[in-house]
Amino acid sequence: MQVTMTVNGEEVSREIEPRLLLVHFVRDTLGLTGTHWGCDTSNCGTCVLWMDGTPAKSCTVLAAMAHGRDVRTVEDLERGGVLDPVQQGFMEEHGLQCGFCTPGMMMTARWLLDNNPDPSETDIRECISGQLCRCTG
Amino acid sequence: MQVPASFDYERATSVDQAIALLERHGPEARLVAGGHSLLPMMKLRLAKPEVLIDINDLQDLSYVRVEGGELRIGAMTRHADLLASAVAGEHYPIFHDAERVIADPIVRNRGTIGGSLCQADPSEDLSAAFAAVKASVLIRGTGGERVVPVAELHTGPYETVVAPAEILIEVRIPIRPGGGSAYEKVERRVGDWAVAAAGAAVWLGGDGTITDVGIGLTAVGARHFLATEAEDSLRGRAATEESFSAAAALAAEHCNPTSDQRGPADYKRHLAGELTHRALRRAVARAGPAQASGDNAGQEA
Repeated sequence: MQVTMTVNGEEVSREIEPRLLLVHFVRDTLGLTGTHWGCDTSNCGTCVLWMDGTPAKSCTVLAAMAHGRDVRTVEDLERGGVLDPVQQGFMEEHGLQCGFCTPGMMMTARWLLDNNPDPSETDIRECISGQLCRCTG
Repeated sequence: MQVPASFDYERATSVDQAIALLERHGPEARLVAGGHSLLPMMKLRLAKPEVLIDINDLQDLSYVRVEGGELRIGAMTRHADLLASAVAGEHYPIFHDAERVIADPIVRNRGTIGGSLCQADPSEDLSAAFAAVKASVLIRGTGGERVVPVAELHTGPYETVVAPAEILIEVRIPIRPGGGSAYEKVERRVGDWAVAAAGAAVWLGGDGTITDVGIGLTAVGARHFLATEAEDSLRGRAATEESFSAAAALAAEHCNPTSDQRGPADYKRHLAGELTHRALRRAVARAGPAQASGDNAGQEA
């Protein structure tokens, strides 16, 4: 089947099998490997990207389900060579070690701050509670 | 790598069209909403539908509203939406308690109320919460619509009375004055199924006695997700620690937990009792001041 969706502001169309997961569509079909692939079971959150403006675990979304929708990946945080404040903050505050969980963490952080510009520590902890980081715990 | 077996994909444009697609494709077709129960099963090949019918465009099934004296929750309401719903929290804080401990914030963006109920996992939190508040579900098929009490929805693990060519439309909960509700869950980590969980809804009369009560249990093999004997012990009794204790003991006695990776059966049974007690205590505290006259008409819950 053919799917067409907007990815990082650009319309893309590809021929796919219905069973192709969105994480593999983004990474392998489109070559956007910033979205990572971890547990494959919707637990770790390293595959988090935005679908129609809200974060989703892309290992548990079919690419077919994203047909006609708006997808945003971590590659889109940087605009015109300028890092998003979330990326800048992760860099400056040592918010990563190996970087494996980082794309998903940043996409969720960006969403949190868009909706809650001054979150409490509890707000932050709860928001990332569905994502795992092996390095920082 | 977990790869589902091959299937055909269709996207429904309306509820009626979804039903027509289910009719056309037969019992090997499945609806997919949030997909966070079905897709993991398909990736493990525990489910191998031949056709997936995507109902994520059915926005008219996404709502939380008061209508006809009931709180009505559309089947496509995402868990995140129910958690954020002020009207749901105002009438039944049990739903906010439960949603806070269902999955995690990202999964809650996708998972739906209807999907969770129809998945019918024996540890589903909303099954217990809806049983406690005596909810019913509206189901639609080619033959028309029918209303089924949540207590009669489940026929076994992962099995409901929703037929192959039917779709769950909404959940309905009667709004009754003088009530309070709460949910208590123990889980090993965020996003996990419950080791055990209990939900309670209590209605008080003017003199502080319990006029009606609902106690839902999940993950402990409670029949219809209810602690019926515990409920029966409370009606007409004063809302005291003693009566909560007695009810909790009955809830623990009459459930059927099994030992597994989440814990031994005796621990789960202990939790069923303890969490029932805590849920009752919080539900009663939320029921608010008793009315002087004992006449329940006209007071907001």
